[in-house]
Amino acid sequence: MNKETTVILDGTGVKRALTRIAHEVLERNKGISEVVLVGIRTGGIHLAHELASRLEEIEGVAVPVGSVDITLYRDDIKTQAAHLPVGKTEIPFSIEGKRVVLVDDVLFTGRTIRAAMDAMMDHGRPQCIQLAVLIDRGHRELPIRADFVGRNVPTSRKENIQVRFDDANHPVEVYLEKN
Amino acid sequence: MGFKHKDILGLQDLTAEEIELLLNTADNMKEISKREIKKVPTLRGKTVVNLFFEPSTRTRTSFEIAAKRLSADTLNISASTSAVQKGETLSDTARNIEAMKPDIIVMRHAISGSHHYLAKRVSYSVINAGDGQHEHPSQGLLDMMTMREKLGTLKGIKVAIVGDITHSRVARSNIYGLTKMGAKVFLSGPPTLIPPGVERLGAVTVCGRMRDAVEDADVVMMLRIQLERQGKTLLPTMREYSRYFGLSDDVMKMAKPGVLVMHPGPMNRGVEISSETADGANSVILEQVENGVAVRMSMLYHVSGGGPTE
Repeated sequence: MNKETTVILDGTGVKRALTRIAHEVLERNKGISEVVLVGIRTGGIHLAHELASRLEEIEGVAVPVGSVDITLYRDDIKTQAAHLPVGKTEIPFSIEGKRVVLVDDVLFTGRTIRAAMDAMMDHGRPQCIQLAVLIDRGHRELPIRADFVGRNVPTSRKENIQVRFDDANHPVEVYLEKN
Repeated sequence: MGFKHKDILGLQDLTAEEIELLLNTADNMKEISKREIKKVPTLRGKTVVNLFFEPSTRTRTSFEIAAKRLSADTLNISASTSAVQKGETLSDTARNIEAMKPDIIVMRHAISGSHHYLAKRVSYSVINAGDGQHEHPSQGLLDMMTMREKLGTLKGIKVAIVGDITHSRVARSNIYGLTKMGAKVFLSGPPTLIPPGVERLGAVTVCGRMRDAVEDADVVMMLRIQLERQGKTLLPTMREYSRYFGLSDDVMKMAKPGVLVMHPGPMNRGVEISSETADGANSVILEQVENGVAVRMSMLYHVSGGGPTE
């Protein structure tokens, strides 16, 4: 199978997008005193850490970073031929009353975000939940939108968007695959 | 890789990869029990029936809690309060329950192999919670989970299993599981309680003296003398048994420093294990119980997948 790939965001582009999102998060929340980041497994976790280090550079304060695995909250669980392996959820802080920023790499149908929001609610009652994504590729199937977007990329359903990370989990580039 | 079995009848039927998948899922599910809201919606709408033909507190409660934390509906049937008392056969009981459309049945039965008999006849998933002297896979898995969590790996570790091996389904499941995962298993007990040909279950070493099994061990697992399963007396006296095969501080010094002391419960304090050892710093007996819930959640989750594909 031959796959045609196009780079839609290179390393510098990814860095600029994340820096802009960091500033937008600060602006929207008037600082980071109440902000916690929760990355969605696995790409979102790496990006959450990237975002956290930028926020720390700007504000000089560390932001708590957690991770959530949404496997147990998926809405297609009844139709899976074999149940998927479950990843670790690690939220080593209380989200009660906090401003939770969910971080994911690609926003597509919105179903993952719905599952992640349900998982958040089982951990406590945050003041609000916001969503930051590196790529919004459209095709929403639920009434969900992102608060912070790195790049909007119109796609067809047959295409696939991947964020590539290096061995140290830093984002390298975003590319589009045509099947 | 996905889990392709409809049932979990024993660790004999599972590959090392499948055991690892079950253990990894259990590791990651442990966090759910520490939340304020100890529940995920995964098995919403599924019905889990606990059918226990033998007494049990730990296993039945643990399976019930596991099912509830996954949002399944659970109900318990114990033999003493069921139509079994009126002479109903296992097959009839099972088919009647089947008519009520459960998704998973968790069964404990005194007859070895009863789960295999049942699994072939019903459409729902069957999980073995102990069949006679045969297997107790959830106990084997929770033991391995505890060892892996504490020691980091199962490969190459030395595990001593001491006591009544013949009547122990816990020992069999651990032998199958541990040898598949690359652990070295040493067995010790009175010759009357070591089944002939036990080496055929897996690469195990049988030691006549308890000290030989415990020497340099990473884990010492003590088993209960199952008086209720013994037709005739296989031991001269319990006092003599305790002296040769009980775990005391003296014997424990032979093992590696920091050795894990395990027991599947229920314990007979003062017989196979002294109270000091059972409650001592090396004991992980209560961690075993805690991990039991996570392991059973993992088993319920993976059997409720679509089952065999293709």
